[in-house]
Amino acid sequence: MKITINGINKAFESRVRLGVMSALAVNDTLDFNALKEFLDVTDGNLASHLKALEKEGFISVEKSFVGRKPNTKYYMTQEGRKAFNNHLNALEQLINMQK
Amino acid sequence: MSDTKDHLQELTEIRSMMERSSKFLSLSGWAGVFAGIYALTGAYIAYQVLQFRPQQLMSAEATPNGAGGILLLGIAVLVLAVGTAVLLSARKAQKRGEKIWNGTSRRLLLNMLVPLLTGGILILVSLSKSLTGMLVPLTLIFYGLSLFNVGAVTYRELRSLGIVQIVLGLLSFYYVQYGLLFWAAGFGIMHIIYGIYIHYRHER
Repeated sequence: MKITINGINKAFESRVRLGVMSALAVNDTLDFNALKEFLDVTDGNLASHLKALEKEGFISVEKSFVGRKPNTKYYMTQEGRKAFNNHLNALEQLINMQK
Repeated sequence: MSDTKDHLQELTEIRSMMERSSKFLSLSGWAGVFAGIYALTGAYIAYQVLQFRPQQLMSAEATPNGAGGILLLGIAVLVLAVGTAVLLSARKAQKRGEKIWNGTSRRLLLNMLVPLLTGGILILVSLSKSLTGMLVPLTLIFYGLSLFNVGAVTYRELRSLGIVQIVLGLLSFYYVQYGLLFWAAGFGIMHIIYGIYIHYRHER
C-alpha cells in the first residue's frame, strides 16, 4: 500500500476505484451488477479494479448462490474503511490548506 | 495551486456516488400530485356512486352493492397511481442518466412491499368478514408504514408523510363515519401537497 505524505491513497486515484469505495461505504454489500450500473463501466474494467481493491485488502467478496445462479457480493473491509476515511480526511486537509 | 479544484471535484464525486448508490432519487414529485387527483376522484365515486358510507367497523350495509365495487375502485386507483409513478420516475431517471431498475429502486420496492402486502391481505380478510369500516383505516395505516420505511431509501420527506398517513389512519379507526374524509385528506390532499413540495425542493 502506497501512501503519500498527505495520506492521499494512490489506490484511490482511479475514478472507478474511488466510486466503488464510495458506494460500498454506504451500502452493507453490493453485487457486481449493481456496482456496474452505478459506475457505468464495462464488466472487464470493473472486474480488474475490483481485483486491485481486493488485493489491497480494502474490499472482500462473499460468494453465494441465488437458486442456481452464482451471486458475488462485495463489501468494504475494516481496513478499507480506514483507508477511505483517511483519504477523505486528507482531501479535506488539502482543500483547507489551499484556501 | 490548481489542485484545490481537483480535490473539491473528487469530494463532490464521492458524495454523489454515496447518494446515488444508497437512495432512489428519481422518484417524481408529479407522481404524487397525480396520485392525489386519482385518490380524490376515487373517494368521490365511492361516496356518490357506490354509496360507501360505513358507520361502524362492522357494517355490511355500508356497501349496498357488495364489497366488490369498492374493491375494484380501490384497485383501479392503485393501478393508475402506481402506473403514473413508474412512468414519470422512468422519465426522470432517463433524464438523470440512470436506470429505473437498479439497486436502489429494487430496495425501494422491497421496503415498500412488505408492509403493503401485509395490509392488502388484512384488508381482504376484513372485507370477507364484513368489517367494511376497516377499509379506510387499514389502507391509511399500512400505506403510512410503507412510506415511513421507504423514507430511508429515497427522499427523507416521505417519512413524515408516512407518519401523517398513520395518524390519519388511527383517527379514522375511531371516527369511522368520517372515514372517506380522512382517506381523501391522506391519499388525496397530502399526496398533492408533498408532490408539489418534492417537485420544488428537488426537481428544479
